[in-house]
Amino acid sequence: MKQTFTDLRNNFVEFLRTFGAFQLFFLRLLRYSPAILTTRMGLVIKQVHNAGAQSLVIIMVCGLFVGAVLALQAYSNMSKFNAEDWTGVAAAFALVKELGPVMTALLFAGRAGTALTSEIGLMKATDQLSAMEMMAVNPVRRVLVPRFLGGVIAMPFLAAIFSAIGMYGAHLIGVEVFQVDVGSFWQQIQLTVEISDVNEGIIKSVVFGVAASLIAVWEGYNTVPTAEGVGHATTRTVVITAITVLVFDFMITAAMI
Amino acid sequence: MRQTRSVEIGTGLFVLLGMSSLFFLTTQTTGRDDFKAESVYTVEARFENIGSLRTRAPVTMSGVTIGRVTKVAFDATTLEAVVHFVIDAQYDQIPDDTDASILTSGILGSQYIGLQAGGSDMYLEDGSEILFTQSAIVLENLIGKFLVNAGSSDEDSD
Repeated sequence: MKQTFTDLRNNFVEFLRTFGAFQLFFLRLLRYSPAILTTRMGLVIKQVHNAGAQSLVIIMVCGLFVGAVLALQAYSNMSKFNAEDWTGVAAAFALVKELGPVMTALLFAGRAGTALTSEIGLMKATDQLSAMEMMAVNPVRRVLVPRFLGGVIAMPFLAAIFSAIGMYGAHLIGVEVFQVDVGSFWQQIQLTVEISDVNEGIIKSVVFGVAASLIAVWEGYNTVPTAEGVGHATTRTVVITAITVLVFDFMITAAMI
Repeated sequence: MRQTRSVEIGTGLFVLLGMSSLFFLTTQTTGRDDFKAESVYTVEARFENIGSLRTRAPVTMSGVTIGRVTKVAFDATTLEAVVHFVIDAQYDQIPDDTDASILTSGILGSQYIGLQAGGSDMYLEDGSEILFTQSAIVLENLIGKFLVNAGSSDEDSD
């Protein structure tokens, strides 16, 4: 009994330690960010390319199909009430407020987050980070901050592209396949969706961008420097990002509704 | 050098695509604000019931949007709803006995204020109040009245 109690306490203390270290790590990244943004923009651009431009294909294809399936579902339900014109509204709300930011964050974790974690993890396993320290180069500044910033910058754009392509997918299904009148399709959307709904999506994607990049970079930096450790870290990145994003999504929606 | 060039082109393309998507979302999917005026004047109207009228609802005359609701308040002494709205200053010849009613676009659409011109040769100006108002039609009340009427007409026929 006493043993169990000690274990529990130690686990809790260990959890607190990790959580605290994570926050401090975040502050450290933020402290270096302005300097990197002004002096080493080239590094950041390269990471925006890695995290953003190279994720375009998966984001665009997924966006198109998510928009299309939303329109399919919305149409088949709306047509029961003779409200086919609202197909676009249902798809637009779902995309702009929820699925755009959330799906993008999950895809980002799978496509870019894992790449970040394994890259940094391998750098650590092959002692590249230690070598940098030997040369008096701060690896947090030189390696982690540009990757973190690249992800943060890329995410809102990715989410916007996802939603926009999704709207095109919804248009294809609603207007071209089901013959909803194109005028009423878009007019209903414009009458119902408010600028605050778009803002909510943008706020979400920024928050998710910070969370997903931070978790990926943190997991990579704290990898156990073995082949197995890198594998574990990559898995943890996806799992923790998915949980964080969905919990944050709930909290932001509850706060803004 | 080639490497950097292609990275920069790819990033530029990506950011451009992202910005145009944001532009598309903010301009094409949100309500186009068809009311733009350089100067406006404020008019108020009192209603018994405003239904679900809210700020930014359009104010129309003959179906054309000429203004927008800016404030919805409740007057605690007269127990009425006070609606403030602005009208584009270029329409300064609206008779002051104009009638304001709260209408609904479509069966389940959003509510707006419709103005029906009166015959007075005095015009509405900043701060004036519209005296003739007609409240929103609440569907439940309408159904209630209909049922009462239907019941009483049955009794008459007996």
